[in-house]
Amino acid sequence: MIAALIGLPLFGATVLLLGGRRTNSWGHYFAVAMSASAFFVGVANFVSMLGRSAEERAVENKLFDWIAVGSFQVPFGLHIDQLSIAFVLLITGVGTLIHIYSIGYMSHDENRRKFFAYLNLFVAAMLLLVLANNYFLLYVGWEGVGLASYLLISFWQHKPSAAVAGKKAFVVNRVGDVGLSIAVMLMFVTFGTVTFNGVAAAADKADATSLKLIGFALLLAACGKSAQFPLQSWLLDAMEGPTPVSALIHAATMVTAGVYLIVRAHAIFDLSETARTAVVVIGAITLLLGAFIGTAKDDIKKGLAGSTMSQIGYMILAAGLGPVGYAFAIFHLLTHGLFKAGLFLGAGSVMHGMHDDVNMRHYGALRNAMKVTYVTFGLGFLAIIGVPPFAGFWSKDEIIHAAFGQNTIIGLATLLGAGVTAFYMTRMMAMTFFGEARWEKDVHPHESPLVMTAPMMVLAVGSVFGGLGLKFLGNIDSWLEPVVGHGESEHSISNAVLIPITIAVVTAGASYAWITYGRRPVPVVAPAEVSLLTRAARNDAYGDAINEAVFMRPGLHLTRALVWFDSKGIDGFINALAGLIAGLSAQGRKLQNGYTRTYAITMLAGAALIAFVLFLVRL
Amino acid sequence: MNGESVVFWITAIFAVVGALGMIVSRKAVHSALWVAFAMVNLAVLYFTLQAPFLATTQIVVYTGAVMMLFLFVLMIVGVDSSDSLIETLKGQRLLATFFGLAFGGLLLSAIASTVALRNNGLDVANGDYGGNIQGIAHLIFNRYLLAFEVTSALLITAALGAMVLAHRERWTPRKTQIELSRERTHTSQVTPLPNPGVLARHNAVDTPALLPDGSPSQASLPQQFRETAQNDDASKEVTS
Amino acid sequence: MNPNNYLILAGILFTIGAFGVVLRRNAIIVFMSVEMMLNAANLAFATAARTTGTLDGQVAAFFVMVVAAAEVVVGLAIIVTIFRSRRSASIDEANLLKY
Repeated sequence: MIAALIGLPLFGATVLLLGGRRTNSWGHYFAVAMSASAFFVGVANFVSMLGRSAEERAVENKLFDWIAVGSFQVPFGLHIDQLSIAFVLLITGVGTLIHIYSIGYMSHDENRRKFFAYLNLFVAAMLLLVLANNYFLLYVGWEGVGLASYLLISFWQHKPSAAVAGKKAFVVNRVGDVGLSIAVMLMFVTFGTVTFNGVAAAADKADATSLKLIGFALLLAACGKSAQFPLQSWLLDAMEGPTPVSALIHAATMVTAGVYLIVRAHAIFDLSETARTAVVVIGAITLLLGAFIGTAKDDIKKGLAGSTMSQIGYMILAAGLGPVGYAFAIFHLLTHGLFKAGLFLGAGSVMHGMHDDVNMRHYGALRNAMKVTYVTFGLGFLAIIGVPPFAGFWSKDEIIHAAFGQNTIIGLATLLGAGVTAFYMTRMMAMTFFGEARWEKDVHPHESPLVMTAPMMVLAVGSVFGGLGLKFLGNIDSWLEPVVGHGESEHSISNAVLIPITIAVVTAGASYAWITYGRRPVPVVAPAEVSLLTRAARNDAYGDAINEAVFMRPGLHLTRALVWFDSKGIDGFINALAGLIAGLSAQGRKLQNGYTRTYAITMLAGAALIAFVLFLVRL
Repeated sequence: MNGESVVFWITAIFAVVGALGMIVSRKAVHSALWVAFAMVNLAVLYFTLQAPFLATTQIVVYTGAVMMLFLFVLMIVGVDSSDSLIETLKGQRLLATFFGLAFGGLLLSAIASTVALRNNGLDVANGDYGGNIQGIAHLIFNRYLLAFEVTSALLITAALGAMVLAHRERWTPRKTQIELSRERTHTSQVTPLPNPGVLARHNAVDTPALLPDGSPSQASLPQQFRETAQNDDASKEVTS
Repeated sequence: MNPNNYLILAGILFTIGAFGVVLRRNAIIVFMSVEMMLNAANLAFATAARTTGTLDGQVAAFFVMVVAAAEVVVGLAIIVTIFRSRRSASIDEANLLKY
């Protein structure tokens, strides 16, 4: 039953990839069917879990012994509990909607079958990641996600920028992957096991340094996969992929993996104050950095990508708060999955109607041309900036509240982030749907077909009611309590005070954006005379330049030095040896000089030698 | 000192002298004669070793047939050609001396240090079938029959091989007398070539004829003797 | 009379033959030296026949002669062939088969 969750999309990917062109006509329906059936299996699992008491909800399912080497025992086991099922439902639910959307979005692409195969592979890898019962198997899913993201980001590989973006995502992720593999090794050394339960049980006996190191390694892994500072640079370039891929990466899969990893490894972070602080700091930096980048982007998808960075920063920050924040991190992750998917699909729909133009300065006044997109995007917008009672309000408010409970500076950072979020989302909204039309002459905006708008509507409903439902109907924090534990923080500010403040900040941000971009005409070409900060934000806060200066150039020189050492040193030695042998052979060849008498002498020498030996023996 | 010893010491010394003569003679013909001399002496030794059949074969086959074959070939190659004794291969003499002496010394010292062999004599064996030849015949046609048959195959193969090696394929049709006469009238030499040795000191085939002015004529020699070393000797002899 | 003397004579002749092979350049003399070595072997065979009191040694010597005759035929034919193409009987001239 649990294995079927992973098996169905994997089967879909296998059939589509091995089936080749003969599956072209029905492949996309098949992929949707596989993803949808995985969703239904997930729902069935969820229902059966609801039927059990809280303590019996976690189920272990060991399929077979995977690796058994001495004391290193890794089962191929699946583990489903309250945390996993939340992810399963998000991944398969949102994933299926994105699948359906892609039928319309990719209808003119000749490689649509391959695209769906990769989507299925992505979903399968992500499900393996969240369903594994040990860190080693999780690592397999982790790498599978990396592979699928690489394939999808560089899906339009005929564009050099897409190919480079895919490569970049892969390479940057690799840095994080090294962190995860180090973490797994350290776990084995420290605890002698890599299963979740085993590590959780043994964690409190381990020494602080080991825990700290494991925590840092896990944080590095999470930074890579979730595009956290300083490994954030791939996320903006990943927008080169088709929009459904962006939606999938940003909402349901991939970037959520880092949050999952930290929450899943809560046993380690609970015990290491230092590691938790590092997580909080990284989360805070990223949430501000992402928001900052989002404010200056004219590319609608890149603006949303900055927003994702920022929102994931919220989640990481919440996860770093410890037992107080784990549930809120997951809460925000789920609501974010709903509204961010809706926003991305909406952006895709806008692009679809605007001839794949992504520059918001060429939009404007689209609210009349695309009514459905306008409404769904607008609901997602309200959700993300945190207007009550939309989804984002509930989860973000909880995080801000918990952050203030921890530390006032962190709290202020989250508050500022909320304001900036309101600013750039309003800016996006205003530039896209309001103001006067700034379209190119030959562009005729039109609404997308139903197959694309239907998933957007579903997600819009989620954006509206997701937060309410999860908080009051689902009781998300008590639901997750058996897995991640529960902690009460001493609140310096009560919710009654904080909520009005938050709403005021959000309103201020939104109003400022509206005044700047909604009321005044937006220039079609981005103004060149801008402040230093704007320029930095437009350049992704110079993340690429820093990477290039700090890692790429020294690495280049190191590589050159190593190549030199390899070719002159190691190869030189080998070649010298070969040359020596060749030279000796060339000399030895001279023995074969063609003179019969020389050969005769050799024979005579041999005979003399034999005689000598016989003589010795006889003596 | 009995008769055998006397014969042995004389023939042994002769054989060694013959062998040494072979390797120090500059002219191949002399070498061949020294070898023949050594082989005859060996034949005598075979008699003292109670092997009359071998001794006869040695004289008939080796000295008679094989050495004469050598002489034939020497005639073809040039009977008077003599080697220069300057060694051309670097270090050859040194190595040859060292290894040759080492081999010989070790071999001889090994033989010399063995206990004296018993001399069983062949009287009984020769007497079994009424004589040495009958005894050998019995062995050849009984115990060594297969080897004997194989040697016959070997001899046939060798004969065929020699024919193949010596054979020269004719690529052009044989010239007729008419063609030959025409050819001759087209050269400056219409009359027959002078015979070798005409007006010279002796009439060996490799001695050039002397022309009326006293100079030797290369044209009188067969192809393979022209422009070789001994002609200089001959001309020197003539001119002196 | 000690049969060892015959063997020593055979050894001396064999060694002289070996010297001839490695020192002389004329192919025909080299060949003669080989014959000399074969004769030395024959002498040893004949001596062995007398010391053991059997005729097998003499038969072996006989076979050696047969083989030597065959060898001489082929070897001389080769020498003649080489002489025909190179106009020389020196074995140092036939040195094309080399490195």
